[in-house]
Amino acid sequence: MNNQKGTETIENREKGSTNDDSFKNLSGFKIKALYGPEDISQRDHETELDLPGEYPFTRGIHKTMYRQRPWTIRQLGSLDSPAKANERIKQLLQMGATGISLCLDMPTIMGRDSDDPLAEGEVGSCGGVAIDSIEDMRNLLEGIPIDEISINFVSNSQSAVILAMFVAVAEERGVPLERLTGTMQNDILKEYQAQKSYYFPPRPSMRLTIDTLGFCNKHLPRFNPISISGYHLASAGATPVQEVAFTLANGFTYVEEGIRAGLSVDSFAPRLSFFFKVHNDFFENIAKYRAARRIWAKTMRERFDAKDRRSCLFRVHTQTSGSSLTAHQAENNIIRVTIQALSAVLGGTQSLHTNAFDEALSIPTPKSEKLALRTQQIIAKESGVINTVDPLAGSYYVEALTNQMEDECYKYFKEIENLGGVISAIEKGYFAKIIADSAFSYQRKIEKGERIVVGLNEFFEEEETDIELREADPEFEREKVSDLVELKENRDQALVKVCLNEIGEVCQGSDNIIPYLIKAVKSYVTLGEIIGVMKEIFGEYREESIY
Amino acid sequence: MSKGRKRRILIAKPGLDGHDRGAKVVARALRNAGMEVIYAGLHQTPIQIVNAAIDEDVDAIGLSILSGAHKIIFPKIMTLLKEKGASDILVFGGGTIPKKDRVVLKSLGIGEIFTTGADTHAIIDYLNRTLES
Amino acid sequence: MVKRLLAGDRRSAARLITLVENEMDDHHKVMRLVYPHTGKAMILGITGAGGAGKSTLTDHLIGKFREQGKKVGVVVVDPSSPFSGGAFLGDRIRLQSHSQDDGVYIRSMASRGYLGGLSRATYDVIRIMEAMGNEVVIVETLGAGQDEIDVIHIAHTCLVVVTPGMGDDIQAMKAGIMEIADIIVLNKADLDGANTSLRHLQGALTAGSFEEGEWMPCVVSTVSAANKPEDLQGIDELASAIAEHQTYLRKTRAIDRVKYNRVEQELGLIFKDELQKIIFKGLKGTGKKREYIESIIEQRNDPYSVVEEVLNTYLLPGE
Repeated sequence: MNNQKGTETIENREKGSTNDDSFKNLSGFKIKALYGPEDISQRDHETELDLPGEYPFTRGIHKTMYRQRPWTIRQLGSLDSPAKANERIKQLLQMGATGISLCLDMPTIMGRDSDDPLAEGEVGSCGGVAIDSIEDMRNLLEGIPIDEISINFVSNSQSAVILAMFVAVAEERGVPLERLTGTMQNDILKEYQAQKSYYFPPRPSMRLTIDTLGFCNKHLPRFNPISISGYHLASAGATPVQEVAFTLANGFTYVEEGIRAGLSVDSFAPRLSFFFKVHNDFFENIAKYRAARRIWAKTMRERFDAKDRRSCLFRVHTQTSGSSLTAHQAENNIIRVTIQALSAVLGGTQSLHTNAFDEALSIPTPKSEKLALRTQQIIAKESGVINTVDPLAGSYYVEALTNQMEDECYKYFKEIENLGGVISAIEKGYFAKIIADSAFSYQRKIEKGERIVVGLNEFFEEEETDIELREADPEFEREKVSDLVELKENRDQALVKVCLNEIGEVCQGSDNIIPYLIKAVKSYVTLGEIIGVMKEIFGEYREESIY
Repeated sequence: MSKGRKRRILIAKPGLDGHDRGAKVVARALRNAGMEVIYAGLHQTPIQIVNAAIDEDVDAIGLSILSGAHKIIFPKIMTLLKEKGASDILVFGGGTIPKKDRVVLKSLGIGEIFTTGADTHAIIDYLNRTLES
Repeated sequence: MVKRLLAGDRRSAARLITLVENEMDDHHKVMRLVYPHTGKAMILGITGAGGAGKSTLTDHLIGKFREQGKKVGVVVVDPSSPFSGGAFLGDRIRLQSHSQDDGVYIRSMASRGYLGGLSRATYDVIRIMEAMGNEVVIVETLGAGQDEIDVIHIAHTCLVVVTPGMGDDIQAMKAGIMEIADIIVLNKADLDGANTSLRHLQGALTAGSFEEGEWMPCVVSTVSAANKPEDLQGIDELASAIAEHQTYLRKTRAIDRVKYNRVEQELGLIFKDELQKIIFKGLKGTGKKREYIESIIEQRNDPYSVVEEVLNTYLLPGE
């Protein structure tokens, strides 16, 4: 390891005498042993840094950030049955969570009802709730003050239907739609790039997305209809800089599409929100947020001519990295999550989900859930980091990293542009290849010991831990299926047919589809049935290339 | 010209789950180790997997299951292989599969299960060793 | 096992293919038993650069042949890694729609170092598929330039797939592929530049020289990657073009020439391989091989002289 004396000249530093190639961050940037003023001198501080709450928002989207209001503690609260999930939500609210995230089970994610033959064995899987009909949405939200708490639906390709159900239930309960807050993940581009739970080809999927955007614009002004996600890209292997670059590129694509559909940029851009993963490299993550804010603001103003300040705000939800958790020596994860959470806070996230330490082994127990929550509360109330905004501004390292991240992003933007834009790049397999390469490279580094995971490839100890899977409950599956069958038998079949026909027609036309979906779900048309009709009209997407 | 018997491995993801990072990483590692990897991809049903394995005359089938449906899928595959007289094909897997389930699966004749975070070299060594005999 | 193969048993077919691919022990004997049951299938070759959409086209063509009640065998060849010798064979994914059809047999092969993508074994693999009962055998291979020429020796009807604007149409003309392809498929014809590409290709064809009565390659525009059946384009036309070529081959007896070339080519490959084996086997243990090689390196001898010497020494008539 090189020793860097403080008296060394600037020239020597710049020559890279400190360079030791083994110090690289996750994005592959070589990290110097020492950073100084010359590392940030070429950027114009006045225009680039400025103040929090002021363009380009590098230091934060609000003037006072956490001093006035801490980030939202938004924990995941799903369990297979809507009734059990409902209980869990109430528990979390009691423990102090100020927002809720809801995941869907695998069949729902893939647009299938619980009675679909392909759903066998997977109903209620992975801690996701099975939503087939409006009845399930009712049970899920029973007794929850939906006009007060913020709900994040982790739904993507089925978002239009989920939104319709949510709105239908709110209307039933007499809750004015303008009071509804929350988010829908609804980010179809990242599905093609990473998560692969798409159904239709990009164009029709985009149409559905824009429909939800348009509808929320008009009727749910406090609801964020999209959470443009980098988390899944990162989980599939994207490095932090790739995560930022691709997420922003996707964001810009949605803006383009919204404008193309005739919406004025300022009418919907303020409601676009983002979702990041926070990885292990502490400072790299902080730089990620700052760079993202700056790039988003500059592009919205300069390229899309956004006039409304709020269109330029990069609002982000963060989840600590699931893939960094180890099954061995699981308590180590508590430290990992804490460091990651702190990094996200110093980065300026608007809301945060902290993983429970045992998540590599099982769905969190109430105890580990609580600990995850307390982690955020301790950071917020005891550590003092919230006392000032963007405390790391001016740090040579952090500013240099922020600049470097920004520069690298623009390189990726150019590549994507050369391929004809995000959708075209998707079809050419650009993202899939880069992400798969990064994933493989990361694995190799761990296997070669170039990247250390404590307790895994260093300080490994044989131990008796085991993964505890929350078993997909076959009893629950049976019940759910029989409930669904009953529901299907007892509804107005003629009305169902009419609704499905209407939906089919609207799909072929250009009307906003959401009102028709609302009508359909109120008539007990199921999610699977709706998606089925859409598949017929829109077709099913097949991935062309593999890598 | 490279001759000699090459190991042929089928890698597939059964069920609805679309998280294929692990499957792809393993596929690439096996390819780099000199094996011929038939990548069957996502959303495979047990019958599709078994048919492909037989037609491609693979030495082993590697399944990536993160959804928890392993208790249904693995046995189905073993049954189908038996019905088709192809029980000599090694079946191994990866994913989130608890120890007690791994024991049960082993008793059905399933080979090694590699949980998330496993070293790809361990998988390669395992295959080389086991397929040798 | 051959008996079972003739009865259409898939496992036997699969096993036999492995046997010939690895040139294991008895593969000569086995192929002798298989050979009499071959020669009746239509062999279709499909080649083109990566990303041109070969597999999706194959997928649709399989459908067409199945509609006609024909059983189809498919060999998909992908390159082996020159470093590790391994291969990533991922084309099955694009042929999924037939994964449950008993009348379709798909086998992925790695090129195992053969540059053209097709090895000696491919001839045998095709025969095994024929003997299995397939009336159509499709061979799909990655063409990356001159080497795709191999496929014309193996197939009766040869399709070369290009796409608009990727420079493929120009490349195609340069590499002389125009003379090799029986049918040129302009896939992704919904992309910009498709019309221009079509004109270039047709122009290049008319500029070529074709005898009276000879088959003039045609260009078919297709769109194979459609998410709805209605958006597919050109598949029917392509199937017709293939049928037309097949008719041409039979009617004009051009098929005989094709068959002749095929066998000649294959014999050449087998001779090359076998002779090499014999010679190196013969030199083994004598230390002569090392001697010869060193003498060449040290400029005491040259490769041609060595070969002549060896042939004269070891392959004299009567030896």
